[in-house]
Amino acid sequence: MKKYLSFFRVRFAMGLQYRTAAIAGMTTQFVWGLMEILVFRAFYADNPAAFPMTFEATANYIWLQQAFLAVFAAWLIEPEIFDCIVDGNVAYELCRPVNIYDMWFSRSMASRLSRVLLRCIPILMIAPLVPKPYGISLPPSAGQFLVFLLTLALSFLVSVSFYMWIYVLTFYTVSPLGLRLMVGSVVEFLSGGGIPLPFFPEKVRRFLEILPFASMQNVPLRVYSGSMTPGETQRAILLQIFWLVVLAAAGRAMCARAVRHVTLQGG
Amino acid sequence: MHRIKDCVNLYAHYVSLNLRSAMQHKASFFLQIAGQLLTSMTTFLGITFMFMRFEQVGGYTYADILVCYSIVLLQFSLAEMFVRGFDAFSSLVRKGEFDRVLVRPRSPILQVLGARFEFTRVGRLLQALIVFSYGVRASGVEWTPVRVLTLISMLLGGILLFAGLYLMYASFCFFTLEGLEFMNIFTDGAKEYGKYPVDVYGERMKKFATFVIPYALVQYYPLQLLLGRSDCWYCMLYPLGAVVFLAACYAFWRFGVRHYTSSGS
Amino acid sequence: MIEMQHIRKTYRVMRRSAGFKEACRQLFRREHDEIRALDDVSFAIGDGEIVSYMGPNGAGKSSTIKILSGILTPDSGHCVIDGLVPWKDRMKHVARIGVVFGQRSQLWWDIPVIDSFELLRDIYRVDQRRYEQNLDELTALLQLEELLRTPTRQLSLGQRMRCEIAASLIHNPRILFLDEPTIGLDAVSKLAVRDFVKKQNREHGTTVILTTHDMQDIAALAERVILIGRGRILLDGTLDDICREGGSGDLEQAAAGLYRKLDIA
Repeated sequence: MKKYLSFFRVRFAMGLQYRTAAIAGMTTQFVWGLMEILVFRAFYADNPAAFPMTFEATANYIWLQQAFLAVFAAWLIEPEIFDCIVDGNVAYELCRPVNIYDMWFSRSMASRLSRVLLRCIPILMIAPLVPKPYGISLPPSAGQFLVFLLTLALSFLVSVSFYMWIYVLTFYTVSPLGLRLMVGSVVEFLSGGGIPLPFFPEKVRRFLEILPFASMQNVPLRVYSGSMTPGETQRAILLQIFWLVVLAAAGRAMCARAVRHVTLQGG
Repeated sequence: MHRIKDCVNLYAHYVSLNLRSAMQHKASFFLQIAGQLLTSMTTFLGITFMFMRFEQVGGYTYADILVCYSIVLLQFSLAEMFVRGFDAFSSLVRKGEFDRVLVRPRSPILQVLGARFEFTRVGRLLQALIVFSYGVRASGVEWTPVRVLTLISMLLGGILLFAGLYLMYASFCFFTLEGLEFMNIFTDGAKEYGKYPVDVYGERMKKFATFVIPYALVQYYPLQLLLGRSDCWYCMLYPLGAVVFLAACYAFWRFGVRHYTSSGS
Repeated sequence: MIEMQHIRKTYRVMRRSAGFKEACRQLFRREHDEIRALDDVSFAIGDGEIVSYMGPNGAGKSSTIKILSGILTPDSGHCVIDGLVPWKDRMKHVARIGVVFGQRSQLWWDIPVIDSFELLRDIYRVDQRRYEQNLDELTALLQLEELLRTPTRQLSLGQRMRCEIAASLIHNPRILFLDEPTIGLDAVSKLAVRDFVKKQNREHGTTVILTTHDMQDIAALAERVILIGRGRILLDGTLDDICREGGSGDLEQAAAGLYRKLDIA
């Protein structure tokens, strides 16, 4: 455990070094959140009745999404891991006395966490100052907030274990970059990164809510403003746990197989 | 005149080398084109999903938005295809490859542009064309000479505008290699949010997009003419305002190069 | 003729230290260090000389090369090369020089070497007849016959370096800068490179300025050695001078001894 923690720490310190990058990233996310809200304002002005949730809840959804972007973002792939698979240097990683899947997992977590911690605070500080109903509002209750944190943590883990699959599949593809692009944008969209999941057509949404996509991003964002019933929330949490276990266990097994394959082939 | 021809020839030479390089990895090349097509499909799907719920936004119908979205996508992907060399500029500077550019007796811009073309953007271009032809038919745009000229001027102006933005991004690389992410607001952001005409975002955004970074000149104003929402024929000249923007970016680039040669970083 | 007089150059670099606590602290405060890269550097190099420019890492070698090749503008001092000030008349100046960066490639990775040569022909505006003449000569001397049709990525390091050198000479430069040309090469390739450089110098009168850590390179090539340390010229003489000052007949030992004695290591 200690060695994973130390990977974690190194990565975290590295992330903190880049102050300018953090400020730039925050600005970007703030502007994107703002633009997104302006779009929804325009749609709301045309037909408020067609909204699947209140405007406040939509604004909350968007701000939280921007604040915690690094938790879910598909494009946040560790280039070093990716490169070492592509150029075959993964063999060196095998010399270390650690499980490669666990190591990469903790590394992804660390780099995402260091980003999130740096970037969410300022956004969460500024977004409440945006005038109502465009800003972010407090969750309805403390209990609700705790549930939000729980689902956020779970969606973090589900996301990381999902994106671990991109590394695992990289072992098997001719076009790693194409894979990364394609999986990235499709997953991003299906988990609500393009437009919030509640705005999807009913049938599509129901379908996506069973698949891991909703577990990755949608659940905590909706839980926050209390737009899910307790029953729905419970079911969503169970699904998140289910997907976490399935994705991580299968990914770990698959990774071990891929690595064995590489060592047998000699790179 | 002779000089221009010389430059064009060199540029053509770069294009052919790039194409041949790309053809070395055919499988990957075509997969990437397919990937581009698919990934940009998600934005289209997003718009479609929204309009399954809403009739219109800010007075624009689904077809109007498709026209707007596809034109911006055309502008962006054309620009990206040819000006892509600048997108990788930060790594060029980081690896010291810009030194190599400077020890050659040719315009640095020409060399950087030539270093890399992204032909895989054809995928995105293809998708934009499909959406465009559908949107145009659905919105019932009647093609008059003025409208054809407007479209051409929008495309040209758009490419120039994005080229200016890329040039601006590259110029920043001379001063810092960190935090360049914020330029994404203006490049990727324009592609992402340009799908809706700027007036959808409100009056203030329209002002910004007219006077600060002139997106509106290549999108909103000529679009009114194209969609038959306005009769101002001279709106078709607005996109040419992008030239002014490009000139400003070029001045910034020159300033950046001067900084680079004096700091040597 | 190269003349450098009282050249000075200072850089500002950001201080970065390790550790979690430090990283947090530096989020809010940044410190700069001033580094004096060149401190009153003067020398003159005549046409047709081969000069080795040596010194430990960070001594100011690459700053000097950058100034000589027009990439870097010094803070003060004069420099005239064949009647031109490199950083002021950069375009004219760089057309007359060739630069080999040992660590970086100027050849296109995926396509045959000959294609890169043809691009360089267009970049330097070499007319076809002279190009063919040069290519024939270089091909014979560097034994490139079989390499020209091979994509760069399939070449060994030694083969690639031979091609790199040929690429830098396609336009008959009067001055050739070689930055660590033999780094990582096997014994045979090293000898080939050295032989060629000598021959080029003898037959075309090309001035060669060489930076390297390989004492054998220096012994084989240069009659004259300029030693730089901490931004100052410490010795300008022959190999014998190095051996005498360094107190050893063995070059490697002498250089190390000299670095220690002058406290520049």
